[in-house]
Amino acid sequence: MARFLIGRLWQSIVLLLLVSLIGFMVLNLAPGGPLSQFALTPGMTKEALDRIAEQMGLNRPLPVQYLDWLWKLVQGDWGRSFRDNRPVLEVINSHLFATLLLMGASTFLSMLIGGWIGIRSAIRQGSAFDYAMTVACFVALSIPTFWVGLVAIFLFSLRLGWLPAGNMYTVGDGSFSDILVHLVMPACVLALVNVAIWARYMRTATLEVINQDFVRTARAKGLPPRRVLMKHIVGNALLPMITLAGMQLPTLLGGALVTETVFTWPGMGRLFLDSLGYNDYPVVMGLLMFSAILVLIGNLLADLLVAFVDPRIRLE
Amino acid sequence: MSERDFQFTRRQSLKFFGAAGLAAMAPSVLGMGAARAQDTPKGQIVVGFSQEPTVFNPHLLHIEVDEGVHFAIFDPLFDVDAKGNFYPLLAKEVPTVENGGVSADGLTWKVTLRDDVTWHDGTPFTAEDVKFTLELLVNPDFRSWRRTGHSLVRDITVVSPTEISWRMESAFAPYTAILASTFIVPKHGFEGADPNNAPFNNAPIGTGAYKWKQRVAGDHIELEANPGYFGDGPYLERLVLKYIPDITVLYTQLKTGDIDVLALQWISPDNYEEAKTLPDRVVEVFGAPFFEGLSFNLQRPQFKERAVREALYYAVDKQTIIDALYYGVPQATESYMPRESYYYNANLPVQEYNLDKARALLDEAGWKPGSDGIREKDGVRLAFTCSTTSGNHLREQAQQFLQQSFREIGVDMQIGNLPPAVMWGDHWMLSQFDMALAGLSCLTGPDPDTSDYFLSTSSPAKGGNGQNTWVYENPEVDELLKKGGALVSPEERLPIYQRIQEIMRHDLPFLPIFQYANIRGYKTGIQGVEANINNRIDTWNVRSWRWA
Repeated sequence: MARFLIGRLWQSIVLLLLVSLIGFMVLNLAPGGPLSQFALTPGMTKEALDRIAEQMGLNRPLPVQYLDWLWKLVQGDWGRSFRDNRPVLEVINSHLFATLLLMGASTFLSMLIGGWIGIRSAIRQGSAFDYAMTVACFVALSIPTFWVGLVAIFLFSLRLGWLPAGNMYTVGDGSFSDILVHLVMPACVLALVNVAIWARYMRTATLEVINQDFVRTARAKGLPPRRVLMKHIVGNALLPMITLAGMQLPTLLGGALVTETVFTWPGMGRLFLDSLGYNDYPVVMGLLMFSAILVLIGNLLADLLVAFVDPRIRLE
Repeated sequence: MSERDFQFTRRQSLKFFGAAGLAAMAPSVLGMGAARAQDTPKGQIVVGFSQEPTVFNPHLLHIEVDEGVHFAIFDPLFDVDAKGNFYPLLAKEVPTVENGGVSADGLTWKVTLRDDVTWHDGTPFTAEDVKFTLELLVNPDFRSWRRTGHSLVRDITVVSPTEISWRMESAFAPYTAILASTFIVPKHGFEGADPNNAPFNNAPIGTGAYKWKQRVAGDHIELEANPGYFGDGPYLERLVLKYIPDITVLYTQLKTGDIDVLALQWISPDNYEEAKTLPDRVVEVFGAPFFEGLSFNLQRPQFKERAVREALYYAVDKQTIIDALYYGVPQATESYMPRESYYYNANLPVQEYNLDKARALLDEAGWKPGSDGIREKDGVRLAFTCSTTSGNHLREQAQQFLQQSFREIGVDMQIGNLPPAVMWGDHWMLSQFDMALAGLSCLTGPDPDTSDYFLSTSSPAKGGNGQNTWVYENPEVDELLKKGGALVSPEERLPIYQRIQEIMRHDLPFLPIFQYANIRGYKTGIQGVEANINNRIDTWNVRSWRWA
């Protein structure tokens, strides 16, 4: 177990280094740079831009900039945003709650509904329900989320006036019920696609278990069908779902790029888009490292959890 | 929810007065006009921006949306209204030659300040703060966004808490306009801190009508009334600057009522027709200080002759571009000067779309069609590449349209667009383009000075420091700009800048197509929203905004 963990740690460090190096190179290969957006500001001169570039250390050779950034990161300093000059960790932290709320709600919804659809489709394989859900899942998977979002806003906000057209809460209110009302539409729109994903996986996993010998044995013992379903079938079908859930962890905190923009939700996805748009390199790099770390942690947790609940697997 | 409640009472009051028309009279009925300053601020306005304000120290490098916050929190010594007149804020009066604030040679400045101003934290405002601000702008360790003008200031002397004077290294007429956009920041806000990272930069303290309350990053900024404000306003308890990253969503939220005023990035022209029909919304078109035009690189042999540039101008069908691509919202123009400016020359010859005249001009100048129909002269083909920001669909369509017109007069225009960072980098700044389609503003605020753009020494391609990317050289313009820059009174400067517009219209280093116009929308009942070509942001007078 300890050997497994140490091995994983080394792998992770090498991986993080690679991710940071590639990310840094790609960012700086893109033409322009953080100051180009100011070139057309009335009254701006090339001299002023050159001076500011020097003050910000942007005119140093790229390897120097990278090593400087890396050395500070190792010491726990993630740098400061070019836009508002706040520490990167603080910037990330200020967007974390909004994303966690939105993604948490939508993931919960999609696991619950998707799981139910998947199991029901599997135990009634070939039924009308199964076919209907298969078609529905493919439709849901192929419609772009931003379009669903815009249609939902048009329908439920502009036409019917039932739900707010976006934002996380009414400024000045922000009570639990207020946030809940604002959460309904974006969470459901996001869940739509994820329900389809979870339903497909759950269906496959259940089908695999349903035809195994121990299920037949359980039925032959005369166990009530509900007990067989819940304990023997679902219990075992959920095992591969743990890995899937582990892979979902980064998205849970990484946010949804498009949905957050359409619903003006102040989360991590929009922070990433905005930071890219403004060439805010320290924040983009910070977000990159943050999600890379989450991917690693998510996978590690999934592996540990699977080994814990499934006695057939031993970590070496 | 308070916003909804507020609307409800507003509607109730409309019923009370019986007619919407009477509601406009409500202020005078209630006697608000008489006792304005004593009114307790009430209600709130949510202003929608499609970019997020993030820089709250007005002297750090920032974009225009950040000034939406600066105007609410800070005051300059004086500001400039929509007609281009200066009016005092922190200063008792605007320094001029007539009132002795500026010496006749423009070298000595003396400003008297108000004595009844306090910072939001209660500290009195004094001349020390003005001195600190002027020094901060040129502090070598500070990432100051602009030093033009300020770098000429010498010997700043605090005569008394309400009096300050300084000397200019050389006379610089635009300095009044620069000071009008220089917000004064408190000296005590920076004590013992690196000015680039001071806590002040994320929790600003000003003298303005609104006080900093909080920022929810990525979402909105909340400001509250400063009841002790020395000037007109504030009339609202709370001002919310809301960030909505997508302009379609921004417009939707104006329709649903989630935002009260749709400001920066405005309503897109394709929504204009529908927006006009929205109930309870005021939708207005107003001019912006930018003009769209075709810029020539005058170093290219094809463009050296004026006849060629004029012939190309004859081949530009402005009205079709405006109507077909921009929904008829902007207006055709002949000048780089916005028509709202005091210095605008309305008597410039009006361009005509006439391909026959274009052909005749080129024939006369000796450009003869070659075997492929493209004109040539002395071995130079009349062929070039036009570039602009790739991904800007309206501009790309305009280019394709122009390409056809030019082809009809025997001119071959290729399209070679570049991503924004490349386009406006060295390609533009060092004049590596043949022709560029761009929206430009040659002015800094209300001042008509365009030295950075038109002086022959302002071409970065020739080692200059400015934005004369046309590499335009005209000794008469150089002379006039020097003369105009040294004069202070607007009446004396007027003929000079009108003449410069005439020369530019004649020389045609760029072909002006139209002056930009924006479409603003807000809820009926909001008063005080006023266009101002001389400031970059709609909230320039937010201190006076109120509900009827």
